[in-house]
This record gives sequence, C-alpha cells and structure tokens, in this order.
Amino acid sequence: MTDFVRRHPIWAAVTAILAAILIWMIFALWPSWLVDLIGKKKVFLNALFNGITLGGLYFLVASGFTLIFGLMRNVNLAHGSLYLLGGYVGYEFAELTGYWLLAFPAAFIVVALFGILLQLGVFRRMEGQDLRQTLVTIGISIIMADLMLWGWGGDFYNISAPSWLSGPLETILVTSQKRSGDLVYLKYPLVRVVIFLAAVTIGVGMWLLLNRTKIGMLIRAGVDDRDMLSATGARIQLVFLGVFAFGAGLAGIAGVVGGTFQSVAPGEDIRFLLASLVVVIVGGMGSIPGAALGALLIGLAEQFGSVYMPTYAVVLTFLIMVGVLAFRPQGLMGRS
Amino acid sequence: MSVFDPVEASHAAPSDGRSWLERIPVAYWVVGLALLIMPAIAGDFMLFQIFGWTFILGLIALGLMFLGGYGGMVSLAQMSIAGVGGYMVAIFGVSAIDTISLGWPWYVAIPIALVIAMLFGTLTGWLAVRTEGIYTIMITLAIAAAFFYFARQNYVMFNGFSGFNGVLPPMLFGVDWRDPAAFYYLTLFWAALGYLVVLYISRAPFGLALQGVRDNPRRMSALGYNVTAHRVAAYTFAALLAAIGGILLTWQSAQISPGTAGIGPAIDILVIAVIGGMRHPVGPFIGAFIYVILKTYAIDALVTLGLAGERFQLLIGVAFLAIVFWSPDGIIGLWDRLREDRKRDPLTGRGGEGP
Repeated sequence: MTDFVRRHPIWAAVTAILAAILIWMIFALWPSWLVDLIGKKKVFLNALFNGITLGGLYFLVASGFTLIFGLMRNVNLAHGSLYLLGGYVGYEFAELTGYWLLAFPAAFIVVALFGILLQLGVFRRMEGQDLRQTLVTIGISIIMADLMLWGWGGDFYNISAPSWLSGPLETILVTSQKRSGDLVYLKYPLVRVVIFLAAVTIGVGMWLLLNRTKIGMLIRAGVDDRDMLSATGARIQLVFLGVFAFGAGLAGIAGVVGGTFQSVAPGEDIRFLLASLVVVIVGGMGSIPGAALGALLIGLAEQFGSVYMPTYAVVLTFLIMVGVLAFRPQGLMGRS
Repeated sequence: MSVFDPVEASHAAPSDGRSWLERIPVAYWVVGLALLIMPAIAGDFMLFQIFGWTFILGLIALGLMFLGGYGGMVSLAQMSIAGVGGYMVAIFGVSAIDTISLGWPWYVAIPIALVIAMLFGTLTGWLAVRTEGIYTIMITLAIAAAFFYFARQNYVMFNGFSGFNGVLPPMLFGVDWRDPAAFYYLTLFWAALGYLVVLYISRAPFGLALQGVRDNPRRMSALGYNVTAHRVAAYTFAALLAAIGGILLTWQSAQISPGTAGIGPAIDILVIAVIGGMRHPVGPFIGAFIYVILKTYAIDALVTLGLAGERFQLLIGVAFLAIVFWSPDGIIGLWDRLREDRKRDPLTGRGGEGP
C-alpha cells in the first residue's frame, strides 16, 4: 500500500479524498442542501448497502466462473444455468425439509455433482479446444434452460428465509432528524447482512485455501503452467475435477442466495451469466480478488444507477466495462 | 482450433483459357435456376416465411461466418448490429410511431441506417479485437446484452418495450415489396449478392491477408500488415451484411422491438453459423434453412410425437450440441467427410486423387 502511494501520489490522494467523502456521507447527518441536491440520505444508504450485498451475490457466482476459467481456460457459458439449477434445487429442498440452511449444502452437492458430470462427460473429451468447449456450453445452457422450464414452469419461486433472519436490523447509522430532535436510524434487512457476511467468509476462505494450503498451491501452479504441473506428476485431472465441482457448487449456493434475495425464474440464468461475464471482464479473468472488486463495482453501479438514473442503469454497467476494456484490457486485477 | 480449420478455397482460380461464364461450376447453375423459378412452384407461405426468413438469417449469419471462418473471431453481436440497422430505418424512415420516426424518404433513411449500423459494428470490433478467442465471445455477448437492455429501457429513441411497428419497405417501381414473390426476390438478391461478395473478398488481397492474420498474427505483423486494422475492417464488413439483413428482417415482420435483437436471437445466429459450417459462405444459408424449417415445423412434429410444442428450444439445443460434438465444421464438414470417404480407395485407404 505504501508502495502504491509512493508510485502514484496523485491517485492515492484522490482515492483518499473520495474515501473520506464517502465516510462522511455515511455517518454524518446530511445538511439540507445535499438533500436538495441528491435526495434523502436513506435512499442513498439503501442503494449503497443494496449495491454491496448484490456485489456479494455477484461475487459468489463470478468467483466460481473465474476459478474455472483461470485453471482450465474454459469459458463455461452454462454457469448461469448452474446458478438457476442451484436455485430450484435449494427451493425444493427448503420446501421439503423446512430448513432454509439445509438448502445450501443440498444445492452445493447437487450442482457440484452435475459439474463433475459435465467435466467428465464433456470437457475432458475436448481439452485444449477452448472455442469448441465454449460452443458446447452454449448448447448445454440452451438445453438446460428448456429442461428447467419444463420441470418448474415459468413461475417465480421465492425461497423464504427463516423467521430468525427475517426482521430488519437496527443499525447505528443516522438517516435523518425528526422535528422533535429525535434521530432516525437506518433499518436494514438482517438476511441481506448475514448473506453478505457469508459471501465475505467464503471469499476469504477461498483466498486462504488458494494461498495457504497445498491444494491451493497445486491450483495456482496449474493456473500458471498446466503442462509443467502435469509433468511433475501431479494428478491434474483430479485437480480439474475438484475445481470444476467447487466452482459449480458455488454457483449452486449463489442460486439459493439469489432465490432468497430476489426470486428464481427462467431468464435469471442469462442475467447472472451476463453479470458474471461483466464482473470477470472488469475484475480480470482468473483472479479471485479481481472478481471481488468487479462484483462490488458492478453491484454498486447497478443499484446506484437504478436509483439515480433509472433509465440507463444497464448502460452504466456497460460503460464501466467499456472503460476497463479500453484502458486496461486484461481487467483491473488481471495479469497481462 | 478445429471449428475454424483453415479455409482451403483461397487459392486463385486457374486461368485455363475458358471464359468466366464457363468456369462457373454446374452446381451454381442448378441451384441458381431452382431458386429463380421457385415462385412458380412454392406457395406464398414457403416464399415469404421459409425462404425469405432463411435468406435474411443466412445473410446475418454470413457476417459471422466471415468473421469466424476467415478472421478467427466469433462475435455474438451480429444480431445487435442487425437490430441497429432495423431500428435506424424505423427511426429515420416511416413507421406507425410517428412521434419518434422522422419520416425521411427511403433513399436517405436506408444509407443512414447502414452507416450507423456499420459504425456500431466498427466500435464493437474495436473493443472486441483488444481480446482474443474466447474472450471475444464474452465481450460481444456482453455488448449484445447491453444493447438489448438499452433498447428496452430507452423510450426517447427506441420506444422501449414495444419498439416500432408499421415499418414497411418503400413502394419502389410501383411494386409492393412485401408481396411474397417480390419479397422472395428481394431477399434472394441480397443474399446472393452477399454470398458472392464474401466469396470474392475471400480471394481478394484483403481476404487473404485476413486469413493470414487468423493463422499467424505475429508473422503478418512482422510482414508489415496492420493486424488490428484488418480485424476491425472485417467487423465493419460483417456489420454491413448484418445491417442489410436487419433491415430486411424489419420489413418482413413490419416491426422491430428489443426482442428481435435479444440474447436468444444473438445465440441463434451463432447456432445457425455453426450448424451450417464456418468454412464456406454457403454454410450459413444451409444452417439458416435447417433452423427455419425446425422452427416452423418442429412444433407440429413434436405434437405428433406426443411432446409439448414448446420443447422446440430443446430440439435446437440437442441438434447444436450434436453438431459441435461430432462435426465441428457443421453440415459442410459432414459433406466433405462423406466425399472424402467415397474417394478413398478401399484397399490402400489413401485418397483417390489419382495415383
């Protein structure tokens, strides 16, 4: 960090000032001119937190995508379908057993098994032909989308969170002051906070796994030079299988999270596939910290866009992607 | 990359003293004649819905074949460029939404639409060529999605969800160009022209250089070719094909809406190009014909088999998967393989090209 400050003093100063302004906007009571300028503080805070939690969800989807891509050079365009499958499986399981928490391992296991099937039956047969693999994943996503439409119909399903998670959380952040002088505090849905914390935990866990364990070492070596790793006698096919299953399982978990946040419905697969595409393009392909940064940026852009310029929210996301591509084609955290 | 094996048809035709008319292969005469007299045989539905649609989708997919087969770049933004072409004709020309449509005459509106669509295609290409291979698919898919959502949410220019209706072709020469036979010849003309131009370019210096760039960009760059410029120019040309197809598509259904250029249709164009084969410009038209036949008749076939008619996507997906799995060069690849097998000597196992 000090290195960054020394090399780019102006950028560091700009970042510091922006961060200070943001912190002030979060904690201070807004003066009336600011309220006149951009609306209520409550709206701003809600957009901010919704953006961050949506970023957590995007991270869950995109991290599996980027992990698979980084190791196997396989753009899995069926990733959105895995997400949707996870959502449906989670819904069925939560309905069946009545336990919301059980939906997560169920979705993880089912979708991971499906991922293993894909890797064994499809991708291993055409290793190294990345364009062909991509085309195959398009075919698989078409078929899966139609099969799921067949099985679950076009309805919206909502996975309801348990009662101990459903209420709002009283935060210490002040949104406004009443005439009487009482302070109004922000209330925020507890389930979103919990899920965001879970996403952060998973992210940190993945980082630790990749950087502090022997399996992580194998995976990182595979990302750098796959052929050399297999020449040293590592059982690379097993590593591939494990990573694919894990990435697919993460997409399944994300499906349950998405089903709790919003809803599970046909078309969500494309939406989340696109979101993870944009996230990894912005963040840098194959990089977990990049996926986190990209997910946060895209989540915030989407929420702030839909609050402050509703017509062009999607365009804002797109402009971020174009800007990154134009000035840093390998992504913010990607290696060139 | 086996999907885009080198196109072999790139050597110049031998000048063996025959006139160019005599050098046209027999197959061209047969197919050309059959297509020309088709209105005498086929009914209105066949002409307008089956053949008209085939030529239009084939033309749009032809742009993708040009990019993928000769340039090695697979773009999913072709349908969005076609959508831009259709939208611009509706915005600058005449449509039922007269609060937005400017109502300019066709000889102004159509060139403007083509130029804007080509600019959009060039911009897309300029962004996409910064990356390679699979990244290109991802970025063009993201661009296609962004265009779809933008057109759906923008009411000032694109009229949002409902789009434009009442977009009709001009009454040129006193002919109603939406009359089935007239529309058939109109689409046939543009499809044939597009086909011949792509065939010509593939053997012209630009096409040869593009194929060189596909096979070895570093060597071409060392030889003094501007790799990026060639790639972007390929996108511009593909955009022209897509824009013509998009305008024809808009005229065929007399309307354009965001759904026309959605993510599903964008992927359909790729499916068409891959099913047909990306090695020869005839591939997209074969693929489009199969796609249109499936889309039109699959519902009836599925219902007779006892399945629900909505399972059409499943059928298309399975067909696509089967093609990618077993014949990466599409139908053309299957045809070539069959011909190779027939030529092969059953004893020696060698090709039958003489001793």
